[in-house]
Order: sequence, then structure tokens, then C-alpha cells
Amino acid sequence: MKNLVILGAGTAGTMVANRMVRSLDERAWRVTVVDPEVTHLYQPGLLFLPFGNREEGELVRPRGRTLDPRVVWRTNAVWAVDTAARTVTLDDDSAVAYDLLVIATGSSIRPDLTEGMLGDGWQRSVFDFYTLDGAVKLREALGNFSGGRLLINIVEMPIKCPVAPLEFAFLADAFFKERGVRSGVEITFATPLDGAFTRPIASQRLGHLLEEKGIKVEREFACGQVDGTAGKLTSFDGRSLDFDLLVTVPTHSGAEFATRSGLGNELGFIPTEKHSLAAKGLERVFVIGDATDVPASKAGSVAHFEAETLVENLERAVAGKALLDTFDGHANCFVETGDGKALLIDFNYDTEPLPGTYPIPGVGPFSLLEESRVNHQGKLAFRWIYWNGLLPGKPIPVPAHMSMLGKHQP
Amino acid sequence: MPTKTYAGVTLEVDAEGFLTQSSLWTRDVAAAIAVEAGVPTLGEKHWKVIDFARSDTAAQGQSPGPRRIVVGSGVSMKDLYELFPKGPGKLVARVAGVPKPKACL
Repeated sequence: MKNLVILGAGTAGTMVANRMVRSLDERAWRVTVVDPEVTHLYQPGLLFLPFGNREEGELVRPRGRTLDPRVVWRTNAVWAVDTAARTVTLDDDSAVAYDLLVIATGSSIRPDLTEGMLGDGWQRSVFDFYTLDGAVKLREALGNFSGGRLLINIVEMPIKCPVAPLEFAFLADAFFKERGVRSGVEITFATPLDGAFTRPIASQRLGHLLEEKGIKVEREFACGQVDGTAGKLTSFDGRSLDFDLLVTVPTHSGAEFATRSGLGNELGFIPTEKHSLAAKGLERVFVIGDATDVPASKAGSVAHFEAETLVENLERAVAGKALLDTFDGHANCFVETGDGKALLIDFNYDTEPLPGTYPIPGVGPFSLLEESRVNHQGKLAFRWIYWNGLLPGKPIPVPAHMSMLGKHQP
Repeated sequence: MPTKTYAGVTLEVDAEGFLTQSSLWTRDVAAAIAVEAGVPTLGEKHWKVIDFARSDTAAQGQSPGPRRIVVGSGVSMKDLYELFPKGPGKLVARVAGVPKPKACL
């Protein structure tokens, strides 16, 4: 019996496990996933939860419901991987041998890596919305916030869902407007990048949103220290920003075992060939989703498009064929802009977000780089598709490769 | 494609003024770009950072962000912000003649 072992049963790991268990001969191959969590969290829903627009129960399912019953699920954390011996050591000290390994262990926020972030202000005036616990606690804080300085910041890149902090700012603007208290709230968005929008076309088309919504942007602000009690964020070059409520997107890192096993880079992400998804310099090891170091966004849509390439390459590895370099960095992301509208961006390694329609040229129904209510409905509808189509590994009728059809250079 | 002249050499640049032909970069070009970008002199620590940025970009296919520069060059984060003020990822890339680090939007 040969073993395909998949570390992590998030979006990427679950899709790959479900597809491979159907594809492989079950008399010859066992598909095992390793994940210590008994629930599967729908991460895109965390953006809405702090505004009272989601209940926790809608965002989690028991993991058993998301995995094909033929997949063997080890409810363990990964301790280490020995790529020479081709074994994975689990947190109960047992070992799992692999013939093919897929690392899909994602990425976590690391508030501990910024001085002072986990000090007295943590979850009193300093919150994250990238964890279920953080989003729930932030919901309470937002409910009690009647006025003052709301500061939203990104500590450093890469982060999961790079647009989410900006979406949060847009939704916060709408939230306070609805409550009739917007004039008493100052919303500031602080980023280490040189703008809220860094791509020229997106910046030109969407920059007005910030002005219209009265959101101040602090550019090139690299947060080095948080003082939750005093309500102050300080940058590495000595600038400071005051806040009454801080919503922070902390530094992200890959899973701990990656660093422990000598596999990860400076943030624990695993060096990965950007088109084939093979782990660099390693035989029989692949990486997918937020765990890689490829220059694609850390987003669910990217994991989905990567899975097309990875599943094909795993099948080729099983058959002893050469791998194909087919992944193009494609990402496809809804961006909530508040008031029941959203925009959609579609891009890849080589092409920045361009205006147009998606997925059908001229027809859409989604408009690229343009706000619409249809886009917002699309984002909401996606949750159903996620649980019932994407995770089970059913075919989703959009091409894996980014297409220039329906797009135009402005 | 627009061009700029640094240290007597005419080079193609993108819409934000980053060199598009990394192979034509020289240390004299770097010094001229640095002056224009508000860094009047390049000392030993500057060059450690610049040399790392060039070799890492060649190896990885993408320009390093500040943390990676700190880990790879041995220069501390605090020093990096003094050597290349405000946005070191972007400023280092500009002086080192490598592409601007990319974000999605």
C-alpha cells in the first residue's frame, strides 16, 4: 500500500484529499490527511462577523462532513517532517510514512512577533479578525464603540487575503453610517506599502473610494511596536499613530513544523516552484495554498486554481511522468466596498487586475474593478459553493488559468 | 517604454521609474538612483543590503521585503529604516535595479 499524505485539511488540503481519493486506485494508495482541528472554518466569513452579519455557527462545520469517508484523517498536529526518511512525525510521537507528501498547513497570525501587541491592550483595545476568537471579541468591541479613532493596520506582507483589511475599513464606514455615528469616528488605514492600492490601474479606478468614505491612509507605515494601554502604534522609523480601537493584521507565518524541520523560509513558508507546486529541491513533496512562498496572493481562489495543477501533477508523479508547469498565479477575489456592493478582481503572476467582465466576456455577470450589487451577491453566494462544490472537489465552471477574454487595458 | 539616464547610461524604466533591465545596472547607476531617491551616499551597510537584494531577486524571482532583507543581509530592521527611509522594500528595489515588490491590488 502506498501513501499520499496531506498535511493540513484547510481549503487546499481538503480539496486535494477529496479529489485524489477519487482519482487513485484505493487498492494501491491510501490518502491520509493530518489536521488536529475537529472543525473546518470558512475563513472568508470572518470579515463579516465583527459587524454582526454572521453567526459563528454558519462559519464552521465538523471536519468529518468535509472529507470523503475514504480519506484517513489523523487528528494530530505535525511535529516534524524528515524528507530523507520520507516520514512525518506527529505530536503523539507516531510516524507516518509517505510516498507522496502534500504540505497544505496554511498560515497563522503571529501577534507575538510585534513588540507589545500581546500586552495589556490585547483584546481590550487591540483586536484581530483573522481568527474566530478574535472576530467574536471584536464584534463586542465594535458594538460598544460609539466614537473615536479606529485604526486598521497591516504589520507586514505577506498576509492572507491582502484586500481584507481594506474591506474592513469600507465595512466599518458603512457600519457607523448605519448607526448614525459616522461623524464621530475617524477611520485610518495604515499600511507598510506605498498606498492602499499599489497597482496603477486599480489605484486610478478605486482611489476615490477612500476619499468618498473619509478613510485616511498612512502610507509606508511599518509597525514596530504597539502600546495598547496608551493607544499608540509606533513605526520602525519613529512615526506614531494614536488610536482608541486598533484592528490589526499581524505578521503571518507558516506552520511551526516547517521551521523545526528546516523546510521553511524566514517566515516558515516553504520554497515552492511557482508553476508546478513541487517543493524546491525535494523529491515527492508538493506545497499548496497559504503554506507556499510563491508570489501569488494567499487566498482561497488561488488554492483552488493551484489544486488543478497539483492534482494533475500528483497523478503524473504516481504514473512516473514528468511534472507540468501549468499554474499561472491566478487569483480571483471579491472586494466588499460596503452598502451592499463589492467589486471583483481577477489577476495572475504577470497581469495586474484589469477592468472588464467575468467570467463571460461582455455578459459577466460580475464586473471587474467596478462596484456592483451583483458582485456583492456573488460574494455571499460563494459560501454555499464553498461547502457544496469547492471543498468536495467538484468541478467549478471557471477556467483555472486567468483569461484575458472580457478584460481590457483602460 | 520611458527611459532615464543615470551616471551617463540611458536605461528603460517602468511607469514608476523602476529599471526594467536589471542586467544593465551598475554600482554607479545605483549611486545616481539613490541620490535622486533621497539617499545621498551609499556606505558599506547600504551595499550589503543592495547586493543581497540583487542576488536574492535573481534566485527567488521576486524582490525581497524588509524582513527577508534583514535576515539575508545581516543588517538590523532599525538600521534598514535608517539606511533606506520609509519604505525600504520599495526603495532598496529602486536602487538595486530590481522590480518593485508586488502586492495584488
